[in-house]
Parts: sequence; C-alpha cells; structure tokens
Amino acid sequence: MANFETVVVNTDLLIVGGGFAACGAATEAAYWAKKKGVKVTLVDKAALDRSGAVAMGLSAINQYIGIKDGENTAEDYVRYVRQDLMGISREDLVYNIARHVDSTVHLFEKWGLRIWLDENGKYVHEGRWQLMINGESYKIIIAEAAKNAMKDAGGEIYERVFIVEPIVENNKIQGAVGFSVREDKFYVFKAKAVICAMGGAVHVFRPRSVGEGFGRSWYPPFNTGSSAYFTIRAGAEMTCQEVRFIPVRFKDAYGPVGAWFLLFKSRAISAGGGEYMVVRKDELNNWAPYGLAKPIPANLRNYLGQLDVDAGLGPLYMETHEAIAKLAEQYKDDPKAFKKKMKELEAEAWEDFLDMTISQAILWAAQNIKPEEEHSEIAACEPYFIGSHSGASGAWVSGPEDLDTPYKWGYVNMTTVEGLFAAGDASGASSHKFSSGSHAEGRIAGKSAIKYIVEKGTEPQVDMAKVEKMKERILRPLDLWNQHCNETTDPEVNPNYIMPRQYLHRLQKIMDEYAGGVSMSFKTSKYLLERGLELMKLLQEDSEKQAARNHHELMRAWENIHRTWQGEAHMRAILFREETRWPGYYFRTDTPKMDEQNWRCFVNMRWDPNTGEWSIFKKDVWTMPGV
Amino acid sequence: MPSYVMVEKCDGCKGQDKTACMYICPNDLMVLDKDKMKAYNRDPQMCWECACCVKICPQQAMDLRGYADFIPMGASATPLRGSQDIMWTVKFRDGSIKRFKFPTRTTAEGTADPTGGFPTHDDLNSIALATEPASLGLSAVPTPKK
Repeated sequence: MANFETVVVNTDLLIVGGGFAACGAATEAAYWAKKKGVKVTLVDKAALDRSGAVAMGLSAINQYIGIKDGENTAEDYVRYVRQDLMGISREDLVYNIARHVDSTVHLFEKWGLRIWLDENGKYVHEGRWQLMINGESYKIIIAEAAKNAMKDAGGEIYERVFIVEPIVENNKIQGAVGFSVREDKFYVFKAKAVICAMGGAVHVFRPRSVGEGFGRSWYPPFNTGSSAYFTIRAGAEMTCQEVRFIPVRFKDAYGPVGAWFLLFKSRAISAGGGEYMVVRKDELNNWAPYGLAKPIPANLRNYLGQLDVDAGLGPLYMETHEAIAKLAEQYKDDPKAFKKKMKELEAEAWEDFLDMTISQAILWAAQNIKPEEEHSEIAACEPYFIGSHSGASGAWVSGPEDLDTPYKWGYVNMTTVEGLFAAGDASGASSHKFSSGSHAEGRIAGKSAIKYIVEKGTEPQVDMAKVEKMKERILRPLDLWNQHCNETTDPEVNPNYIMPRQYLHRLQKIMDEYAGGVSMSFKTSKYLLERGLELMKLLQEDSEKQAARNHHELMRAWENIHRTWQGEAHMRAILFREETRWPGYYFRTDTPKMDEQNWRCFVNMRWDPNTGEWSIFKKDVWTMPGV
Repeated sequence: MPSYVMVEKCDGCKGQDKTACMYICPNDLMVLDKDKMKAYNRDPQMCWECACCVKICPQQAMDLRGYADFIPMGASATPLRGSQDIMWTVKFRDGSIKRFKFPTRTTAEGTADPTGGFPTHDDLNSIALATEPASLGLSAVPTPKK
C-alpha cells in the first residue's frame, strides 16, 4: 500500500465542505461552540477563500425576502418554490430558510459585500427575490467571516484535504476519512457530529463541450457529487434524486441570463418560431395547475424553448439589443442623458458576466458581440445536481421543531443518520436557496449540530481496523498504478486499470445516452433506464480499477466514484417515478404526462450500508396550512 | 479559456512553499515545475475559467485564452484586482477595447466581524440564530400563523 501517514484528528463538530453552506455552518457553530466549550473543525478540498460554487463571484443574491420592509413574507416564498418545483417541496424547510435568510444577507452587507442601493438607500432588486450586488469578492468576504469566527472559537480549518467516506456505526456518524491532495497523509477525523456541505454534482452527464471547454460547465466542475456520496454511503434517506436542473444560459460559455430576463426585461425567441413563451402558450395547459400560474416554472420555460429546438426552429436568442433600446427609450429626447444611460446599462451588462462568468465576456468579445447592437444565442446547458437552485436532490433532513409536520425525528437539518447534518446542495427538497439561503441553512445546521452535541453528543467510536481497510481501498488507485504502470509502453493504456479521465467519459456516456442527456434532448424511458442501470453495474465494478499517478489523480478517481453514485441514484429515481413532471429537465417518453393523483409525492430512497441494497419509496408532500 | 502562464513573468513565487496560483485554484490545477521554477495548468480541460489564479498572481504572469473548441481567437478579459475594486480590460477580436472598474467590497480586507456588530444572545434552544432577531431587523424570528 502507498506509504501515507495516518493522521487522527479529534473534534466535536466536523464540517465537511467549504462553500456557502459550510461557511454559514462554521460562522454560526463557532459562536455557540465558544460558549459551550465545543471544538469545531472544517475540512475543505480547496482553499476557503475561493472554494465552492461562488469561487469566481456572483452578480446577484437570488434569495432575499424583504420581511422587515413588508415586501414579502416567508409564506410567499413557500408558494413560489411550491409552484416552481411543480408541487414537490419540503415546505417546512423552505419556510425555515426563508425566515432566516434576510439576516444572512444583512450580515453579508456588514461584512463588506456591496449590495446595490437606490437613491433612497433601498436594495436594488433584480426581480422579486433577487438583489443586485458587486460580487467579485463575494466568496472571499463570506469565507473571511467564517475564518474569523473559527479563529475566535479556537476551531481548526484543514485545506486541501479531500474527504472520501463517512465513518458510521449503528446508524450514527462517528467521523470521516480522506487524504491530503498535497502530502502523503491519510486523515481520520473523529467527531460527535458532522455537517455535510460538499456541494452538488457536475460532469455526471456529458457536457456539450468535450474539448478544451469540457470544464466550462455552468455549475463548477469541482462540485463532484461528494455530498450525495457521503450521505448515501452513511445510509441516509435521500430525496428528489430525480430532480436535476438544466439551466438555459447564454450558449457555450453559460453566462447568466437572470439580469437580462428580470432586470432588463428581455425577451427570448427562437429564430424560426418567434417568442416561444407566447407562441406555445397553450402547451402550458398540459401542466396545470403549475403551468397556468405565475411565475411559470423554470422547467416549463425550458420546455417551450426545447420544443422549438426539437422542431428545428433554433437557434434561440436573447433579444438584448431590443431590451436595452427599450430601457434607454425614455431618455431619447435628451442626448446627454441617453448616452449616460446607455453607458450605465453597458457596464451593468458586462459586470454581470465579469463577476461570475468571465468566459462569457471573452466569448462576446471574441465574437465581436455588443449586446446593445445585436442579440445573443442562448441554449439549455447539460443536467446538473444542485439542490440549492432549481434542482432538488439531496438528503432527507429533519424539519424545524415549531412546524407541525410529519418530518421530525430529531434536530433540524439532521439526516436520518444520527449526528449527520446536511445543508446547501447536500439537503434535498428545499430548492431556491441559492447562495444566501445555503448560507442561512448552514447557519441553521450549525446551531442545531452544536445543540445536538451539547445534549446528546457521545465520544465517537472508531474501529481503527475498519479504518485501515478504508485506507487500503482509498489509496488503491496509487497502488494499481505502481504495480502495473511499467507493463505497457504507454502506461495510460493498460489492461489492469483505466485512468480517471477515461472512467469519467464512460460514466458520462452512459448518463447521456440512457438517462436523458444533451445528445438525447433530455429524453429517456423505462427501457433506456433499465439498460443504463445494467451498464452502471459494470461501471460500479470497474470504479475501483482506476489508477492514479499522484495525489491529484487520486482525488479525481474518488470524485468520479462520488459522481457515479449520484448518477445511479438519479437513474433509479427517474425509473421509479412513472410520469413526466419536470419536462424541461427530463422527459420520460413512455410516461409523457404528469400524474397528480399518483405522483404528487416525494420519491425517497436509501442504500443500506449493511446489505448494499437500495430501497425506493414514496413520501407524502405536506402542504403548509393556509399557504 | 483555460489559464496559462507567461514564461517571462512567472518566477515560481520564489521563496515561498507554494505558488499563489497553486494555493488558490479551486480545482487543484496549478502546479509548480520546480526545475524550471514556473507554474503551469496541468489539466486545461478541467479549468472553469474562474480566473482566481489570474487575479492572485503577484507577477501578473497569468491570463486566460478562450477555450479553443468554441471561442474564436484574439479576445481577452484581463483583471487587475485591488483591495477594494477590480479593473477589467476587455479586448475584442476586432481590436476594440472596453475598460470597466467595479467595486469589490466596502470594508478593509480581513475585518469581517462574524456577528456584523449585531447584538447576540445565549439561548441555544431558541430558533433565533446567534445574531437574531436583530440581524433580521425584526423584534422576533417569524413563526407560522396559527
């Protein structure tokens, strides 16, 4: 076995992940930990300043309720999410995040995030829930508060340590294991409670760009399904594994469209069919009641555009020039004011990209596109797993204590595994949290986990013999390489192993062709899924035949295994749900209609760590009374 | 646009245990070639083009070149990041140039107070998080109407 030193770290609360949910958890947990004499440790596979989905920055905060100014209530947000997710959401969790999220946003502002203000000192809204920000340093600021809180509480932060596997005994979390991606060190974290916040999953499906632009996914390629893997392998009940998200964005570089749709009020058209949301309006009747209420769910908006693409009426375009002209129109009689307004709109449009999708700015510049002069192509991206946005996949967590729901078995945001909490993309069925809501949910989980430790925490029981076996399995890709790499003239082509990149291509090919990826126009069926699952079984068997030359490739190999489990859970859930409910995200051609009577329910599932068997079942949707 | 390193400008962050780009890359892509004392992107296909490396490079030795498989050549978007703002130079394929300057934060680096200066409380059993209800701007955390 590769010669890695085993480093044991004892802590009370372990936070795995480094993005917004993890930073929220650290900030809040550290406050309570200091008061109660509890130790908090955070482990990030990258550097906290720029890790997670907000690494590049963001140009908007997408969840702000505005409760203090009477703009909206938390109940309004519950209605919005219910509608956008076609009736399937954990309304208690959505409510809980919504009632706390404004305080997160107010903290962000105090920490130094520049939220746009109007002439009256009020936040500038992009849309009903969205605020415009100058967000290039958004992650740095949020990480800074987390680091300061951890320092004050005597907590520890480990960077560049990749967490692979949970340690669980008798359905109770005991810690986690992983390895340094820079040193020959294998880490064993022993903890009384663990918060899982390792983001969603990208590159499970084949992306549209398969050359150099392979990494230009909309959600970042370093979201690798680690949350899903960690919670599934711990034996936690999972939910909404079928609810993937496919955003429609500016084509290829995937620049944001929110400001164009919401702030600039731009129209989207297909070149051959016109304004598809108007032309194909009648289609929405087939998806009542959700298709007939406003705002029209994101997946249905996708779907109407997709119908034009399938009919050969594309490309799709965002009518940027028309939108800017309209906005500047009121200044047309005053050339000076007109010029000023145009300049302002131009800067806003470019900042939108430069803050969060620099490649889109480069793509526009490379195609000589000036948005005020001509329209710009949009397209559906590839499928992603992102429970914090319009997807919903994640662990099934206990709800807030003060709501009368059937979803309470412990501390809020605790999974069905005792002591294991989830937040952000890791917790399911509470969509539309985005950056601010994920942070708020992290804070909720952070406080809840400390409360659990204070009231029920017991010393972690870790069987080091079992850990040694895990270590052997985790380091195996290095051993495979060392044993066999000299047996062929090209060490990348070897009958004893495959390299992580080739393994990833194999996973993506299965997901794309059998589970409704880009090349299948997001369509799949029972038959395709059944065949796909047969291929997945062979892939799963080969997953431990990946070879790694170094620490970096060892991480790649394990990221791939994490993605594979997310992919398999996804296929199983789509197969189980015998209807089509989110047609713009995936379409079951053998069950092409929505079936409210039988399928307005959650699809939950669990992998049993003792038997290795999956079970999959329905759970009722609880509707918030009077909302 | 994977990141690339200019040979003439990169000094391998001399005298430090790791380069700035290695430290910051969220996808663990930057590596220092210790023989040449130059950094490089080991897997451009996995680059998200977040430009965290470009922004942090003390030598301004890094930039992005548009993804070869769909971005026509000749354009660039180059940041110059300060402590409170960022300046962008966007160069078009046709040679035209646009410059933008955007603020990045309102406070001094490192000063974020986790409580935001809001009053805090001691009740671990309350639904109110550490800085609530003050940070909500309300007298209490909202609860459902009975």
